Amino acid sequence: MVSTEAKQLCNQFLENVYAIPHGEKIKDCIQCGTCSASCPSSAAMEYGPREIIAALRAGMLDRVLNANTVWLCVSCYSCTVRCPAGIPFTDVMYELKRLEVDQGLAKDSAGAAMAKAFAGVVDRHGRNVETKLLRKYYLGTNPLKVLPQIPLALKMLAKGRLEFWPRTIRGIKGLRKMMAAIEENGTP
Amino acid sequence: MNETVTQGYSYFPGCSLTRSNRAYDISTRSVARALDIELVEIDDWNCCGATAYLPIRERRAFVLSARNLAIAEKTDRELATICNACYVVLRKTNKYMAEDATLRRAVGRALKAGGMDYHGTVRVRHFLDILVNDVGEEAIRQKVCRDLSGLRVACYSGCQLSRPFDDLDDPEYPVIMERLAGWLGATVVPFPMSAKCCGGLSMTTRPEVGRQLTGKLLTTAKQRGADAILTACPLCQINLEGYQGPISRAAGADCSIPVLYFTQLAGLAFGLEGRELALADSLTPVEDLCAEKVGAL
Repeated sequence: MVSTEAKQLCNQFLENVYAIPHGEKIKDCIQCGTCSASCPSSAAMEYGPREIIAALRAGMLDRVLNANTVWLCVSCYSCTVRCPAGIPFTDVMYELKRLEVDQGLAKDSAGAAMAKAFAGVVDRHGRNVETKLLRKYYLGTNPLKVLPQIPLALKMLAKGRLEFWPRTIRGIKGLRKMMAAIEENGTP
Repeated sequence: MNETVTQGYSYFPGCSLTRSNRAYDISTRSVARALDIELVEIDDWNCCGATAYLPIRERRAFVLSARNLAIAEKTDRELATICNACYVVLRKTNKYMAEDATLRRAVGRALKAGGMDYHGTVRVRHFLDILVNDVGEEAIRQKVCRDLSGLRVACYSGCQLSRPFDDLDDPEYPVIMERLAGWLGATVVPFPMSAKCCGGLSMTTRPEVGRQLTGKLLTTAKQRGADAILTACPLCQINLEGYQGPISRAAGADCSIPVLYFTQLAGLAFGLEGRELALADSLTPVEDLCAEKVGAL
């Protein structure tokens, strides 16, 4: 049984999906499974893309959010270009990522931590700075996981390919005004 | 060469091209110079909105992209980019702003708050597209002065060059890079994995997934007898060249193979020096490859 409240949240979410360009096509899903078969990371997913659509249409948003699926999406757009119903499924995954981050539902997810760290660096400097991004990411998740990356980091360092001093764009103040003006769902 | 080439292009390098993948930027500028293509870097550009940022802050990402497009619009030229992710995010911003009036107004208001405006007129081009479709076969072939026929390359387009937007090339089996490599005189090996995903950022967030995906690309290229893999994206490049040691150990097979940008191959064919192509930045040994496989014409 799905509670009324959960169903309402799911309906609200589906409304957001319908608002994506061509998002309403999710109603035309025929459960053929082309998306799941095309997904390069579906083998590691608890639910594949086809099951995600089925669960959403059944009002089981909680199952979707509890699965590891969303942050395994690598943005390859294979599902999107192959879907016979024209569903922009990569964008549906993005809508789910937003919901999880906005509602603080992304539990212990490396993908969410990476996205948040990335957004933090770009909002601060106007550009990404990889060393700062990775420092934020590993400190915010599991710092020990940086260990296997050290050989690569040393090689990059030897080649002069690591940037240590973040460069901030000159127009950062203007950019911050723009960001304040777009006010996305009230989130910072 | 068509008319667009003579007008020159605005140029958006993208964040990772400033340092970690500067070889792509350096070789792009050198190749453009060799072909008399004017590339003018747009002033004070910012992050494109990126594959990691766009999903969680979509409207902000569109503002980031639109700011770059607004700067480029003042130049009245097409905007050249070389990173597949920047290419998709900039184009997605153009497309969604054109299709969605509410989004267009919101982004327009945001830009205005920072003293800018954008009218949606900038056409975003990948530098690979410019070489193949604007410069063209004749001009490219004329410029070739080194013999690359001994060099067997696997052309890897990656995901976002032809997905989700398939107007440049086939989304499943792209051929544009193979055409260019052929004109440059290299021997192209059949590589059916050209548009399969390298794993993107999962190489960091879920290494077991990323390494498996990149591993398939490396082992296929090796099986097909390639001497090098060509790429068009800085993230694909670092994924392909950065983890060959652990991937080889896990696969129990030697997966080491040089990974070059298509611009570095073009520069080699045009007789440019290693320094002009930043070949020394490669983590895989490129010098031996060049000494053995690249000859004088």
